Amino acid sequence: MPLADARAQVPDLAIVPHDPVLDQNWLDRLAQGCARYTPLVALDSPDGLILDITGCTHLFDGEAGLIDDIDRRLTRLGMTLRHALGPTADAARALARYQTRPAPDEATAIRRLPVTALELEAEAATALVRAGLKTIGDLAARPMANIAARFGADAATALRRLLGDAPSPLDPRITPPPIATERRFAEPVASMPHATRILTELVGEAIAALTERGKGGRHFRATFFRSDGLARSIAVETGHPTRDSSLVMRLFAERMDGLRDPLDPGFGFDMMRLAVPRLEALAATQLKLEGGEVRAAAMTELVDRLATRIGRGGVRKFAAVDTHIPEQAQLALPAIDAPPPTSWPAPEPGEPPLRPFYLFDPPQVIEVIAEVPDGPPHRFRWRRATHAIRRYEGPERIASEWWRRKDNTGLTRDYYRVEDNRGRRYWLFRHGLYDEKPDPRWYIHGLFA
Amino acid sequence: MRESSQPLAGLRQRIARLAATGGPESRPAEGWLATGHDAFDSALGGGLAVGRTHEFFAADALDGASAAAFAALVALRTPGKVPLLWLRTVDAGRRTGHIYAPGIAELGGDPGRLLLIETADPKMLLACANDAVRCAGSAAVIVESWGKFPLLDLTAGRRLTLGARDAGTTLLMLRLNAAPTPSVADTRWSIVAATSRELGADAPGAPAFDLELLRWRGGPAGTRWRLDWDKDEQAFRDAALSGAVLPLAARRTVHPLGAEAA
Repeated sequence: MPLADARAQVPDLAIVPHDPVLDQNWLDRLAQGCARYTPLVALDSPDGLILDITGCTHLFDGEAGLIDDIDRRLTRLGMTLRHALGPTADAARALARYQTRPAPDEATAIRRLPVTALELEAEAATALVRAGLKTIGDLAARPMANIAARFGADAATALRRLLGDAPSPLDPRITPPPIATERRFAEPVASMPHATRILTELVGEAIAALTERGKGGRHFRATFFRSDGLARSIAVETGHPTRDSSLVMRLFAERMDGLRDPLDPGFGFDMMRLAVPRLEALAATQLKLEGGEVRAAAMTELVDRLATRIGRGGVRKFAAVDTHIPEQAQLALPAIDAPPPTSWPAPEPGEPPLRPFYLFDPPQVIEVIAEVPDGPPHRFRWRRATHAIRRYEGPERIASEWWRRKDNTGLTRDYYRVEDNRGRRYWLFRHGLYDEKPDPRWYIHGLFA
Repeated sequence: MRESSQPLAGLRQRIARLAATGGPESRPAEGWLATGHDAFDSALGGGLAVGRTHEFFAADALDGASAAAFAALVALRTPGKVPLLWLRTVDAGRRTGHIYAPGIAELGGDPGRLLLIETADPKMLLACANDAVRCAGSAAVIVESWGKFPLLDLTAGRRLTLGARDAGTTLLMLRLNAAPTPSVADTRWSIVAATSRELGADAPGAPAFDLELLRWRGGPAGTRWRLDWDKDEQAFRDAALSGAVLPLAARRTVHPLGAEAA
């Protein structure tokens, strides 16, 4: 129905533009909140959640209790809920979405579902209805080979999945971490200092579990479940595996201080969970007498702390890349991942530095007076100042990487090392030869020391 | 009198405690970052003192690369694999250019030692610098800033200096496009690019620096040096004065770029 017609029928219609990204985010947050019921929560975009509650129901006094709890929390968040339980994920999903008539048991309910529950393509669905097959039960009574021959292999697969004959694997949103500790509270915890104390206890328990296994954690994730059904996760990372609870708590404190929107307990947290998704072997160590280890450890801790405060991309180390395109010759990688040391090309002895100290990326356009077609620059204008060139060396010709690109449209660059009459050294290049481009532009790419 | 003597005695105790720990200058330096140029190092009593603050000013933005390279080379000259911490704001890459590791390798330094810390704003830069100077085990901590940097007042500067003294780290403040201001730094330098020694076919040679010692806590200031970097020897040496170079006394006027960007 067009919007104008809808408005004509209901004059005070409230209109909200559809934002699929926001919907997806909201579904994701709901999924995070549902992690309190089971670790296996899968998204059924755009508007569904699938929970594998195998072995979890006794915590909520059975299936009915669990459903009541979900219903209560999601209704409080303003959601309208349709739910169903099924022997497989696909069956539960079809029952939740397509069940119209009540049935005495699950098997009957599935057999009473309309054939649209198979979610086939429009053509196959129409063919099924024309053949007089209206429910799953009608279809299940026929031999599977006939269905596959007449309505396609998809129809047969979908039917077998619905009936539980074929596996319907779940793609959980969060893979269960190897180590997780949690606390559930009878009374919601509404004060942050109290929550922090409990987090310290949880970290202590996780560290004890790590010690038993002889491992150290690289990644710690605390999830705070609010009593209104939402949850918030806070994660910290370390550059080396650790079993130091005070270090982990310092990182958590650093992270919480730096949050743009601080952690809000609302009406209180009724559950907290600490997960250690990433483990690495960590043997018991003894400090060396010289103290060198202590210094290296202090530096690692500084990297962890700064990376927690300003983001993991804020603290970086350089790695060399084997290419002659200047702006691609280095990579700045997060130091917390401890990138392996790379070897840098050794400079030619006796030569002045051929690469600049500071590089502009992207290069900046300059106006140059130079001989046509391929003479050196004489003077150039950059950032509203003119620089007269006294000395130059070049060109150093760098062609585009034609072996990587099929259409080879990249232009050749002619680089010049130049010095102006005040002694400042620049790296300029002409983008393109005259036979490649009619009027090639000049750029400044870097500043030498 | 009894009431007032209690606080007085407390104050005396506090003063005695402060005097015992002393200011940043009371303790002899633990070592020096030497440049490898004998006359330069001996004039400063060994080089740039470890555990102190040293400021490098590039009044003109175009001299920023020279000031930065001087600070980096002095720190990277130290043997070993200890990291060099370089703190700057995220927008520095757009203003003065990104630090280019192959360029550092060309100067003979090891870019693998460089730990780059980029913060969103100057406030966070100062907070991270405070943590970085308190961490022992770095070759030096370079804090690169652009413009006036009003957050770095005397209190903030003294806090940084005390942190560096306690941990034994050397703090090199790189002040680009800024005019020298009072601070608690041990030495304060003005660095501009100098004309390089000419190679064959009129090619620019090794990096050359004009240094002026604006302030030194340990002695008289005002000395000028013209050094160039010998990457094979990993040392600074005297720049050859050919007839073509500008006289040393010729102070440069602030370039239009510096005025515009400030």
